[in-house]
Amino acid sequence: MATQHTRTLGRILVAPSVALLFLWMIVPLAMTIYFSTLRYQLLNPGTERFVGAENYIYFLSDPAFITSLSNTLRLVGSVLTITVVIGVLLALLLDQFFIGRSLVRLMVIAPFFVMPTVSALVWKNLLMHPVSGVFAWVATSLGFRPIDWFAQLPMLSVILIVSWQWLPFATLILLTALQSLDNDQKEAAEMDGTGPFAFFFYIVLSHLARPITVVVLIQTIFLLAVFAEIFVTTGGGPGLATTNLAFLIYSQALLQYDVGGASAGGIVAVVLANIVAIFLVRLIGKNLE
Amino acid sequence: MARRASAARTAAITVVAWIAGFIIFFPILWMVLTSFKTELEAFSMPPKFLLFKWTMENYAAVQERSDYLAHVWNSIAIAFGSVLVSMLIAIPAAWAMAFAPTERTRGTLLWMLSTKMMPPVGVLVPIYLIYRDFGLLDTRFGLIALLCLADLPIVIWMLYTYFKEIPIGILEASRMDGLGPLREVVFVLAPIALPGIASTILLNVILAWNEAFWTLNLTTSKAAPLTAFIASYSSPEGLFWAKLSAASTLAIAPILVLGWLSQRQLVRGLTFGAVK
Repeated sequence: MATQHTRTLGRILVAPSVALLFLWMIVPLAMTIYFSTLRYQLLNPGTERFVGAENYIYFLSDPAFITSLSNTLRLVGSVLTITVVIGVLLALLLDQFFIGRSLVRLMVIAPFFVMPTVSALVWKNLLMHPVSGVFAWVATSLGFRPIDWFAQLPMLSVILIVSWQWLPFATLILLTALQSLDNDQKEAAEMDGTGPFAFFFYIVLSHLARPITVVVLIQTIFLLAVFAEIFVTTGGGPGLATTNLAFLIYSQALLQYDVGGASAGGIVAVVLANIVAIFLVRLIGKNLE
Repeated sequence: MARRASAARTAAITVVAWIAGFIIFFPILWMVLTSFKTELEAFSMPPKFLLFKWTMENYAAVQERSDYLAHVWNSIAIAFGSVLVSMLIAIPAAWAMAFAPTERTRGTLLWMLSTKMMPPVGVLVPIYLIYRDFGLLDTRFGLIALLCLADLPIVIWMLYTYFKEIPIGILEASRMDGLGPLREVVFVLAPIALPGIASTILLNVILAWNEAFWTLNLTTSKAAPLTAFIASYSSPEGLFWAKLSAASTLAIAPILVLGWLSQRQLVRGLTFGAVK
């Protein structure tokens, strides 16, 4: 049915999107690569000169890079673990029948719609403040000494905030997947006298393997780029304790005006994200007939 | 046997689920409560849960402290503007790919998706410099253009999956009835496609409203949407918890309601059809 006529029309209709996305992706990326080979200080315009791989050598051998890379991996790894484990449990819980189910569901997914700057500041001030925060009050009431979250455990604090934001996403997707688990399969397992644990490990988890992979890949893409939560709470500190790769590149570019170094860092971040993206695109592609 | 156990079981699950829901929702609830306290009571120890003097003064003060409504308007203009412009570009593309696919359609779709996976810091430097040179820093137009491009892949994908579900037979039937192409679009296709288009707009407005990398880096004051405005409360110029809470409550309330309405589309839009 696709005649020559409709093919041409189709191309014309798709062209603007392809052209814009191509420009959006290729032009800035090419510029980043170009800048990454220059010594380029924003404060001294006109002194740019080609330095080859020097920015990369400098960026990759900078101790701040190793620290920020390990912070990035800790942040991504911890948030993934927390959200997937609790997400599976919550999804199983919300899949049961109970009173007020749709209301609880709304409460559970709510954090996803809170803008990152709001959740970070509400957690930092209202909950985690060492004197007047709710956590401090809970700790004191139970006879513990309150924790000064952002001074003593800065990375854990950021991890908790980001996990809270992403838990609804994991829960909602896993819940959607659970609801498509065949009722026949559940009944068959019941008739066979499968115990709850065997049921969970052999049937539920194997059914969830694929959605969990999707959750992990998509979240990784976003978690590698966490920025606002760090920007408004710790500013990367104390020291470099909460500086992830995204924040390091930002501070190199817009606080230290080192365009060349920041660009080299940007390319490193693109390469890292692409490693994950390859797997994700392949997985989605398989689902596309 | 299963029947007898079920009442106790339901009661137990109800209790556990409500506790879990309450814990997860607590930060939002607490923020809303704090927004109705005086600054003094917002700090008080032990914290007051419901028995405090309820006041609306923070909501009035938020507007006085800075031009709050201007930031609300920026958020609305940027979120809706970027999504509507990207819809204009995306609808024809998604339409063509869904109804007249070629051997290249699958590759094009996956390539579009992969552009969404580029970390924004990878292009922060050139975008910042381009925006500086063209005077686009801290302008609504600059952010609308940028977020429109950033949204485009998800918008096209969502629309594509919705359009794909429209049965092609209905087109043939309408042609048999002698409908011209224009009337075909207006009377047959538009009514079927509208729910999908509406869901796409809804989810992308939510994402654009909460976008907090470009809005923080490319705006300072004039064009700052609510994400960037709320960030200004992180400065240590004295803590205004009640006012922070009031400003935050207003900033998230409309989008939370939209989000609740769009939970189904959320799964669909963010997993690109990989989870059904």
